[in-house]
Amino acid sequence: MTAWTIDVTEQDANLAWMAALAVSLMWAESALPSPIPGIKPGLANIVTLLVLRRHGLMPAVWVSGLRIVAGSLLLGSFLTPGFVLSCAGASASLLMLTMLYRIPKRWLGMTGLSIAAAFSHTAAQLTVVSFWLMPQTPVWALSPLFFALAWLAGLVNGILAERWWREEHLADA
Amino acid sequence: MNPLLRAGDWLILLASISVVATLMLHYWWQTTPGERLLIHQNGAVFLNAPLTQNRIIDVPGPLGITRIELKNRQARVLSDPGPRQLCVRQGWITHAGDVAICLPNRISLEITGTTRPYDSLDY
Repeated sequence: MTAWTIDVTEQDANLAWMAALAVSLMWAESALPSPIPGIKPGLANIVTLLVLRRHGLMPAVWVSGLRIVAGSLLLGSFLTPGFVLSCAGASASLLMLTMLYRIPKRWLGMTGLSIAAAFSHTAAQLTVVSFWLMPQTPVWALSPLFFALAWLAGLVNGILAERWWREEHLADA
Repeated sequence: MNPLLRAGDWLILLASISVVATLMLHYWWQTTPGERLLIHQNGAVFLNAPLTQNRIIDVPGPLGITRIELKNRQARVLSDPGPRQLCVRQGWITHAGDVAICLPNRISLEITGTTRPYDSLDY
């Protein structure tokens, strides 16, 4: 039998833990009742934001991707429309974060990043729904509701991420 | 202690609120469906036609012809001799109360519904 090993760096292990934490949050909030499918607080994105600030862009992409695949396998939504929506939302958010995360911390904190990412997330999902899932339905007429909720979720998640990051940072110092 | 929100955070916060407000205004404020297209030339009614028609209307003004298209319950200005082309760039108008004004050629389009909502033109 051929012995084969994968060299797991400390960062890999760390990111796997982060992805696991994100999956737990995703799973926990899937248990919450939701009036309209797809409306949820997106707490797992706090993890993405923290990883982005601590480790950079590629690790954040990894954690986000692992969370979506592992989370959808756990929830049984792998390759369903919901999974495609998750992918679209995450890609758009990460694209937005790619553009914004180089702005120095003293100008832009987690809250701004979080709201901007939540908006591009919602915009991408509405686009997918209107072009692919429900092309006959005027989903954009509901967009004010979706964006208002994205604003709220983005704000809350951003403030939580900002506070956690600062607590951690103070402990390091 | 540093403030929780930095300048960029406030900027994004306010920009996103205005996006939500704009969407609300656009989709929820005035969604009375339009019924008729009303064209004024130099203050006089040039045309008052139901939106159900599909047609191209040429309206003569002091500068030349303003061409208006009526299609799929929407109206737009196809071409206008005005210098800034504001009414052309406005694109399709469809809800009751929507207006497009080609001021240099003294032509205005207005979509009217069954009940006419108030706007600045009523004052």
